[in-house]
Amino acid sequence: MVSLVLVSHSRKIAEGTAELVRQMAGEELKISAIGGDPEGGLGTDPDEIRRVLEDSGGEDVLVFMDLGSAVMSAEAVREELKPELRGRVHLVDAPFVEGAFSAGVAASAGSSVEECIEAAAEARTESKLH
Amino acid sequence: MSATQSTLEIVRHMAAAMEEHRRYLTQLDAAIGDADHGTNMHRGFQAALERLNGADPDTPADVLKAVSMALISKVGGAAGPLYGTAFLRAAGVLGGKGELSAADLAAALEAALEGIKQRGRAEEGQKTIVDALAPAVRAAREAADGGGSPEEVLRSAAEAARKGAEATVEMEAKKGRASYLGKRSIGHQDPGATSTYLLLDAAVRGLEG
Repeated sequence: MVSLVLVSHSRKIAEGTAELVRQMAGEELKISAIGGDPEGGLGTDPDEIRRVLEDSGGEDVLVFMDLGSAVMSAEAVREELKPELRGRVHLVDAPFVEGAFSAGVAASAGSSVEECIEAAAEARTESKLH
Repeated sequence: MSATQSTLEIVRHMAAAMEEHRRYLTQLDAAIGDADHGTNMHRGFQAALERLNGADPDTPADVLKAVSMALISKVGGAAGPLYGTAFLRAAGVLGGKGELSAADLAAALEAALEGIKQRGRAEEGQKTIVDALAPAVRAAREAADGGGSPEEVLRSAAEAARKGAEATVEMEAKKGRASYLGKRSIGHQDPGATSTYLLLDAAVRGLEG
């Protein structure tokens, strides 16, 4: 099954989003929440991103990022990975909460990695008021 | 001295420059950012030295790759992935080469610039690292094409980076945290452009030995 990694500037945002996704997607979906710097402040910890990706097993991984250095850190860490793993790590250009939610539900239903990415991308254009 | 040893020497001089100027860089960052650039760069280069201490790099690219990993892991904020990407891309261009020509150095700097522009989605004139590194790359390329030595390539690059960093004073920030200040960012020299100049300046001294 496709798994999810959530990288936020804030641990609470990452964990809260993971909780929300898990409620709909169920416990089988593997979802990791990464947030804040190593000292517990706001920021990004690239080493933790690397550790989580390296422990992701043999399946595809979708990575969602929120702001600024979360995006750049995820990109830089991915670029350093071994080619085999890098090929399974997909950075998703989508809204953090809504994108992870859609992709997580799709993944838990056994969708392919392409279908999950598409579900997340649709969350970008989905209007909330119309 | 082998090119690998020269590259190590360059990194040692870069680390010393980040130690020497950390307060200055942090002061610059205090004016338009979050007052940690000097501390962060110093921590990153100390981590790079530690990583290299335990390693036995075979090529200049191995040295640059180790620096990249350390900077991405330890600098924090945006500067970590940006500088880390620059070193990683430079390493990629050098590949397994054991010797470095003037043209190799120019190509490495070009790759570093491309990496930073891509990672930061930045162009010249936005008050960032790019405003020091882009003129440096042009100067390096000109020196290399004109038959300059590796030392001359780096010297030209450092001199152009100094001018580029100084020119950021008049710019309004369009990227990064300083961009939220809008016009209030004018009148301050960009910390990232300044650290780029200091790193290239240190590289000159490292190569001259």
